[in-house]
Amino acid sequence: MTWVNAVVHGILLGGLYALLATGLSLMFGVMRIINLAHGSLALLGAYMAFLLVEHAHISAYLALVPVLPGALVVGYVLQRTVLERSLRSGMLVPLLTTFGLLIVIGNLLQEFFSPDVHSLDPGAIGPAAWRITSRLSIPAFDALILGIAILVLFLLQLVLTRTQIGRELRATAADPDAAELVGVDSRAVYARATAIAVATAALAGVFFAMRSTFDPTSGPTQLIYAFEAVVIGGMGSLWGTLAGGIVLGVAQTVGAQIDPQYFALAGHVVFLAVLVVRTAVESGGLRVRLRGATT
Amino acid sequence: MTALLSVEKLEARHGLLHAVRDVSLEVAEGETVAIVGANGAGKTTLLRSIAGAHRPSGGRVVFAGEDVTRMPAHRRVKRGIALVPEGRRLFPELTVEENLRVAAGVRRPGRWDVDAVLEVFPLLEPLREKRAASLSGGEQQATAIGRALMSNPRLLLLDEVSLGLAPVVVDAVYRSLATLLESGATVLLVEQDLSRALGVADRVVCMLEGRFVLVGTPAELTREQVMEAYFGLRRSAA
Amino acid sequence: MSAVAAPAPAARVERWTRLSGGFTVLLAGLVVLLAFGPVLWSENALNNLIQLYFLVVLAVMWNALAGYGGLVSVGQQAFIGIGAYAVVFLSLQHSLEPYLAMLLATLIGAAVSIPVAAVVLWLRGGAFAIGTWVVAEAFAILVSLDPNPAIGGGTGTSALIPFNTRYTPEQRLHYTYWASLGTAAVLLAILFVLLRSRLGASLQAIRDDEGAAASVGVRVLLGKGVLFVLAGAGCAAAGALILAWQLSIQPLGPDSVFGVNWSAKMIFMVLVGGLGTFEGPIIGAIVLYLLQTYVSSSGVWYFVMLGAVAIGFALLLPRGIWGTLQERFNVQLLPVGYRLRGRA
Repeated sequence: MTWVNAVVHGILLGGLYALLATGLSLMFGVMRIINLAHGSLALLGAYMAFLLVEHAHISAYLALVPVLPGALVVGYVLQRTVLERSLRSGMLVPLLTTFGLLIVIGNLLQEFFSPDVHSLDPGAIGPAAWRITSRLSIPAFDALILGIAILVLFLLQLVLTRTQIGRELRATAADPDAAELVGVDSRAVYARATAIAVATAALAGVFFAMRSTFDPTSGPTQLIYAFEAVVIGGMGSLWGTLAGGIVLGVAQTVGAQIDPQYFALAGHVVFLAVLVVRTAVESGGLRVRLRGATT
Repeated sequence: MTALLSVEKLEARHGLLHAVRDVSLEVAEGETVAIVGANGAGKTTLLRSIAGAHRPSGGRVVFAGEDVTRMPAHRRVKRGIALVPEGRRLFPELTVEENLRVAAGVRRPGRWDVDAVLEVFPLLEPLREKRAASLSGGEQQATAIGRALMSNPRLLLLDEVSLGLAPVVVDAVYRSLATLLESGATVLLVEQDLSRALGVADRVVCMLEGRFVLVGTPAELTREQVMEAYFGLRRSAA
Repeated sequence: MSAVAAPAPAARVERWTRLSGGFTVLLAGLVVLLAFGPVLWSENALNNLIQLYFLVVLAVMWNALAGYGGLVSVGQQAFIGIGAYAVVFLSLQHSLEPYLAMLLATLIGAAVSIPVAAVVLWLRGGAFAIGTWVVAEAFAILVSLDPNPAIGGGTGTSALIPFNTRYTPEQRLHYTYWASLGTAAVLLAILFVLLRSRLGASLQAIRDDEGAAASVGVRVLLGKGVLFVLAGAGCAAAGALILAWQLSIQPLGPDSVFGVNWSAKMIFMVLVGGLGTFEGPIIGAIVLYLLQTYVSSSGVWYFVMLGAVAIGFALLLPRGIWGTLQERFNVQLLPVGYRLRGRA
């Protein structure tokens, strides 16, 4: 039963990872870049909420009301000022600039908020859990996060398929030059995509901060978890991201069930194992192609 | 009367290749101009330069009295230039209807909407919900033309609409085009098929190695003259 | 079409110019001169130069990956950590001579990089970057979970005992100085030879056009693999030198031997010096060394500056200091590429 409990908790934890991964996946899908600062932007959202909670004395949930629009603006401006320029200079430059951002954001947070560990108060729902049996319980807050993740993915899908903005996003993702030729301003589309991505990152960051403690070095860890979810789920697919998040979450909680110290390691191992399997499949494919080319 | 489109001493390059050299052209409102020429003559580059998909290295493109030479492609679409690119370039994961709707984002007023396009290309009606990637070549071409019409352009640029299509499909596409042309649209089209070009155009331009080598109405030009210009026979004989 | 078929302008392709030949000799002479450092300079100067040498090693190795293989790694700290911990393990646990342990650590870095390469080299762009990072994190966790008292788990360990029981502090300083100078010189020489080989030419092709180069698929992967193993060995060597220099190490956190801050430093050095140039990373290492010595070597503003300057160079001066100079004056001090003389 403890194992079942671990799996259930892992599935719920997957919701948080899916939420973290959504923006990363969206930016990769539209612009083919991996934003290495994604986890740091999530953490920035958490710190902004922390600031509001500390000084304006509002709940962390209410803090989302100014934080999310703020994150939209940050994403839009980030794209227009830094990323747009880096996109024009080939594949390496966006990576290098977003890595630079990761370092800058992490250290600035340390400067302004000290290296201390903080957390946000999730309210009454935080410790609440539904007890199914004596050894199986469902934490309400994790269930809430999973629900929000599903809602965000559902809304995003709705936007992508039912609105003009969504059609323009998908068209630009497929062929930016052709999109320009039908009147789509690809740079504006990119800026919107980054704005949405940063907003979902901030949302994930705030919930992460309510779920566990955080400090200025948490950003990279969140980036790695988000990326693992994206890769396990298949790069660029929205609902795959949820599946990837759940696989990662289950790997971590089951690993922690073996030994609490194996939590992160088990996730990394599963991620690398997925890569090895894909590699084996792809290299099998390569061998077939080579044979085809020689005959 | 001033021309709707006027290209002045246009130069365009692809790296070291000098694709368009000193080209000047005027297209009046309601006119249909066909550009013919061999592969690599610079036709596509010329069209793409007019549409804003290729940055010219010299000269000017003036549209409706406005210099649009440095204007990005999406803003030219808002001004009323639409290109049906070579190879169609549909968005493969979008449905036919989504491909059409994506181009309606510029919100230019006019007669074209999804229903109007489907009326001109009735073959698309049952395919509305199909992904563009699953269409046949002719269906894709019809969608690509329809997509360009959705922005209600004043000038329609058509690049090799018959390329890679079966003759019977080309007939169908051209029948639909004829309806369009009769409605007074301004069209600049690139076509390798001479008889098609001569059949629809008010004026034919022949390009060779990036230059205009022959210009005239289909009535003025003999097939032999065009063929000579097409292959550069006169130049090599000289 | 006829424009491209025009006869090639009179030009001469050359490798060794008088300048680059002279400079190569000069550089070899410089290494010999620097080898006399312990008899010439103070303890403080030697300590500083050791730092400079391992920064050069790190910059050159990172540039070998990104500049020549198009592989942006943010996980080379995996090998720095492995190199450092291998020395501790061999010298403390197995009482091996520490400098021999450092040499073995380098080979261990190369050996570990082979299976890692087999996994991560299939990834592209950003996926490769984070993939390498995951590998580094996984190694860091494994080391921190190791119950072996010599490894010290999450709290870290020290190689004070093996070094101090065999050498006086002065000997340790001198030997470490020579080891770091030798490592930098040997790795530069290996990369130099590698780039001038046929493999170097195919690497150039990867960098210019991966799509076209992929038509010779296997060789592309081989080229990247060779660079990855070289970088794995080089970073492990740097890790061993870092251990010999600072003696105590920790596995966890951004400032540890497995920490991502090493990637920040490597990226800074290469971007500032000149990505994809042979000489650039050396210049970048000197710049970082000067910053560390005269401005600051730690603290948040130091890393904010590293990140911000790296972004600035990536966006505004993507060829770095050396690449920009090279472009402007068409000089190359070390003959790794080909120059076109006459009409370009």
